Amino acid sequence: MISLNVNQKTYQVDVDPNMPLLWVIRDIIGLTGTKYGCGVAQCGACTVHLNGEAVRSCVTKVSRAEGQKIVTIEGLSANNDHPVQRAWQEIDVPQCGYCHSGQIMSAAVLLRENPNPTDQDIDEAMSGNICRCGTYLRIRKAIHIAAEMQKTKSNTGQTKNSVSPVKI
Amino acid sequence: MKLHSEIKSHNYLPGKTMIVLTLVFSMIALTSSMKYKSDFHMSDTADGVKKDSIESVKAFMKVYEVLMSPRCMNCHPAGDAPLQGDDNHVHTMNVVRGPDGTGLYAAKCSNCHQPTNVPGLHTPPGNPKWQLPPANMKMVFQGKSPRQLALQIMNYNLNGHRNKAQLLEHSKDTLVKVAWNMGEGRTPPPMSYSAFVNVWNEWINKGGYAPKQ
Repeated sequence: MISLNVNQKTYQVDVDPNMPLLWVIRDIIGLTGTKYGCGVAQCGACTVHLNGEAVRSCVTKVSRAEGQKIVTIEGLSANNDHPVQRAWQEIDVPQCGYCHSGQIMSAAVLLRENPNPTDQDIDEAMSGNICRCGTYLRIRKAIHIAAEMQKTKSNTGQTKNSVSPVKI
Repeated sequence: MKLHSEIKSHNYLPGKTMIVLTLVFSMIALTSSMKYKSDFHMSDTADGVKKDSIESVKAFMKVYEVLMSPRCMNCHPAGDAPLQGDDNHVHTMNVVRGPDGTGLYAAKCSNCHQPTNVPGLHTPPGNPKWQLPPANMKMVFQGKSPRQLALQIMNYNLNGHRNKAQLLEHSKDTLVKVAWNMGEGRTPPPMSYSAFVNVWNEWINKGGYAPKQ
């Protein structure tokens, strides 16, 4: 039995320790906001936060996450109002939307570590998240908007999950 | 009497100064000696191994083949992006070194590189310490001649501040060993790990000499 803390809730799961975290999140726990893309850490669709870092859950064994703090797109904010989520909605970033839970989770880490990212900072943070619809320009624009929103306290709407300073 | 006293007093002060100066010089000498010991230094014999520039250089040329293999050089690039594959192409995903060598923001090494290898072709190789050298000590291998690389490794200020003992120990580091366990589809270095450790130790113990070119 493996104990997982997902979105501030504890789960006891009876799975192979080598099972990818993504499988556990989607198929065992039932949180399907995180997507399967490539299965080999090449696309970023499966990005979740593990102790605040944007890990690729498709290659992360569940044993690595045991007893650690996991946040999925469902737990990023209390009311889907993390600045990144609000910015995404404001300019309708997604097209098909498949990659965007991963995009948003990566962008949240970027803004936590760099509240005023330049275009280059955004490219360096986000190039591991591929969008088959090519929404990259809107992603970049939304991250700048989210950075502005984040500066206004009333717009933060973040839960403790999204700003965890703990390193892996 | 007064004059004598003044003279005595006058003589006493230089004496005291001498003692203080002696103490200061002793401390400087001691500090220098400690610093000298912390720097890389070759004695005439090391662990019973006599210095031998020819044998040392011969051993280094074998070390060089390993260090320039993709398994070592890919994480010691000339630029700030790691390399990938047997052809040393620039790492996909635009990942960069970052200040401490562990990547940046949502693109940190350990976000994809797990503590162990991921099974299958084209999957991220694993290690608990996966990273590049830090930005303030890049320890570049790519593009270095044998002489340049040997001198760099022997330079305490360019080798990650490692003295002789630490250099010898470094061959046992998990991030060095991982070169021989890089997962499917990656050519290992051109000799076995134990053969590498032997030539590494031989090079250093016989004087750590650099080739002429």
